[in-house]
Amino acid sequence: MRYSNKTRQKLRCTKVLTMLLMVTSLSNAALADSKDVVVEGAWSRASISVNRPSTAYMTVRNTGEDPVTLTSLETPLAMKSTIHKTQIDVNGVISMRPSGEILIASGQSVTLKPGGLHVMLMKLQKPMKQGDAFSLTLNFLDGGQVTVDIPILSIAARGPES
Amino acid sequence: MQRRRFLQYGAAGVGAFGLMLLVGWWRVDGPGAPEPVEKWPVPLSAMEFTLTDHEGTEVGPDTLLGRPSMVFFGFTYCPDVCPTTLSDISSWLHELGNDAERLHIIFITIDPERDTAAAMARYVENFHPSIRGWTGPEYQIASAVKGFRAYYEKVPTEGSNYTMDHTAGVFLFNAEGRFVTVIDYHETREAAVPKIRRALGL
Repeated sequence: MRYSNKTRQKLRCTKVLTMLLMVTSLSNAALADSKDVVVEGAWSRASISVNRPSTAYMTVRNTGEDPVTLTSLETPLAMKSTIHKTQIDVNGVISMRPSGEILIASGQSVTLKPGGLHVMLMKLQKPMKQGDAFSLTLNFLDGGQVTVDIPILSIAARGPES
Repeated sequence: MQRRRFLQYGAAGVGAFGLMLLVGWWRVDGPGAPEPVEKWPVPLSAMEFTLTDHEGTEVGPDTLLGRPSMVFFGFTYCPDVCPTTLSDISSWLHELGNDAERLHIIFITIDPERDTAAAMARYVENFHPSIRGWTGPEYQIASAVKGFRAYYEKVPTEGSNYTMDHTAGVFLFNAEGRFVTVIDYHETREAAVPKIRRALGL
């Protein structure tokens, strides 16, 4: 294909602009993550040995202007950690399933609490002892990470204060 | 002639209406009606099952007669709902004070494969001391669940693991073993405690 000099120049300009845009949007994405996510009121329950799965709860707040998507979790405490959702049907039957990715709109928050969304900690590497704490990393779609320290309360705890 | 035709139509109309009523009755109240679906537990005296409590004692529905009872289903590998329920119950019992001592409080596992009597003992000791854990062979648990008109199902998860879906409410019976009411999951203490007092006959 043959272009006039003027058209070629225009095309080059467009390419440069596109690349510039791509670079800036990438860096925006990288910046939009962890700084704008605040985790509050995190707590968990002590475990009986390491056989049973355990849970953790918290509020994840997106203070930024762009939506964020929580994609996965990791912690040295458990081989596997995912977010599950408890649901009750009209007959009072309770079930628990993986929730999948969680989208948090700008200025919104998602609360993980008993009987709703919760972190499932599976294959514990050591027993969770009341009074201890463990770290949990939240991974977001844009590559951002937020790590929180979660206190371990009694096995009968029902909220961050108890 | 016209009047006769009018009467014929009228009779046919009345007949059709009558037939409709008959069909309606047949399907709703008559022999064609569906079997009624029982939503609530039968009296404890009409239940049949034999289980073992967390101290190894043989127990059954008759064990509960003579005192009001609180019974609920769950499993100890349940990380979210069951500890919350046990902990809620513990807080209701603390509020009831001495009256709580007149209650049977029974946690029946629907996961006997993992919840042995020893596992139940290790678990219930973390909550109010009045709470007893019952387990036993699967068919006996199925029989208990049937009597309570409750539900449970094993649900496979990743790997060879599984979780259990189950009825989450707390069933209340009076001292004669008749069903009083159910406390649903997530009911507040303000709603739950008066229900327990009702079962206690206070």
